[in-house]
Amino acid sequence: MINPDSVGRTFKGVEHVTVTQAQIDSFSAVIGETNTEVAPPTFSIRISLSQYESILTQPEIGVDWTRLVHGDQKFEILRPIVAGDVFTCSATIETLRVAAGNEIISVRSDLHNGTELVVTAWSTLVVRG
Amino acid sequence: MIEIGTTLPEKVFYIDRALLKAYADASGDQNPIHQDEAFAISVGLPNVISHGMLTMALAGKYVSDWAGGSAQVREFSARFIKPVIVPASEKVDLTVVATVTEVDGNTVKLDISATSAGVKVLGMAKAVVVK
Repeated sequence: MINPDSVGRTFKGVEHVTVTQAQIDSFSAVIGETNTEVAPPTFSIRISLSQYESILTQPEIGVDWTRLVHGDQKFEILRPIVAGDVFTCSATIETLRVAAGNEIISVRSDLHNGTELVVTAWSTLVVRG
Repeated sequence: MIEIGTTLPEKVFYIDRALLKAYADASGDQNPIHQDEAFAISVGLPNVISHGMLTMALAGKYVSDWAGGSAQVREFSARFIKPVIVPASEKVDLTVVATVTEVDGNTVKLDISATSAGVKVLGMAKAVVVK
C-alpha cells in the first residue's frame, strides 16, 4: 500500500540529469522526426519516469513499480528541451485513491533547468492490486 | 485561416517489435511487457503491447508536423484507454487524425483521435500548439 501521508508532498529528485544530443537523436529517430534541434514534445517522460521510479519506490512512499500501469499523461511545455539542459526533477503526489482494488496516484513532475521551469508533467499511475 | 471544426489530414504510423525495442532503448522504459511475449501473456495481456508513451510520442509527431515542428507544441495530454497489441512479425497501424477545437490568435487547440486495428487507443487526447 502507498503511504497516505505522502499525498500533497513534494519529493525532490537528487540527480541532475543532463540532456545530450544523442538522447534527442535516438528519441527522434523512433518517431521519424528529422529536425533534432529541439526535443520532441514527449521527450521529458524519459527523465520523469526514471525519477518517479527512484522517488516513488522509496519505502516511505511504497509504490510497487512491478505492478505499475500508466493511466494518463499531460505535458505543459514552457519551452522546448534542448541538448545541454541540466534538469532537476521533483515529484509531487497530488492525489491517491483506491478503485476496484487498484491504487491510483496522480503525480506532478516539474523539470527545472537551474531556476527555470521548462516542463511540468502530470502522470496518473495505476498500481494494480 | 484555420477554422474551428476543421479536420486535419489523417496519418498512419506503423508499429512493430523492432520499434518497441528502439523506443525502449530511447526512453529507458525496458518493461518486458513491451518486448517479451511470454512475459506479457504471463501477466494477463493478450500479447506484447506498445508503450503507451510510444503511442503518444507518435501522436505528438503528427501534431508537431502540422504545427511546424516540435517547438510549436505547448500542451499535450492523453489517456491510455486500450493497449496497442503488437504480435511478432507484424506491423500494426496507429492511425491518427485531429480536429481543430479552438483558435485564439496563433494558438490552436486540437482534439486527437488515435486508433489501432480500428480500436480507439488514446482517450481525451488534446494538444495546444502555436501555429
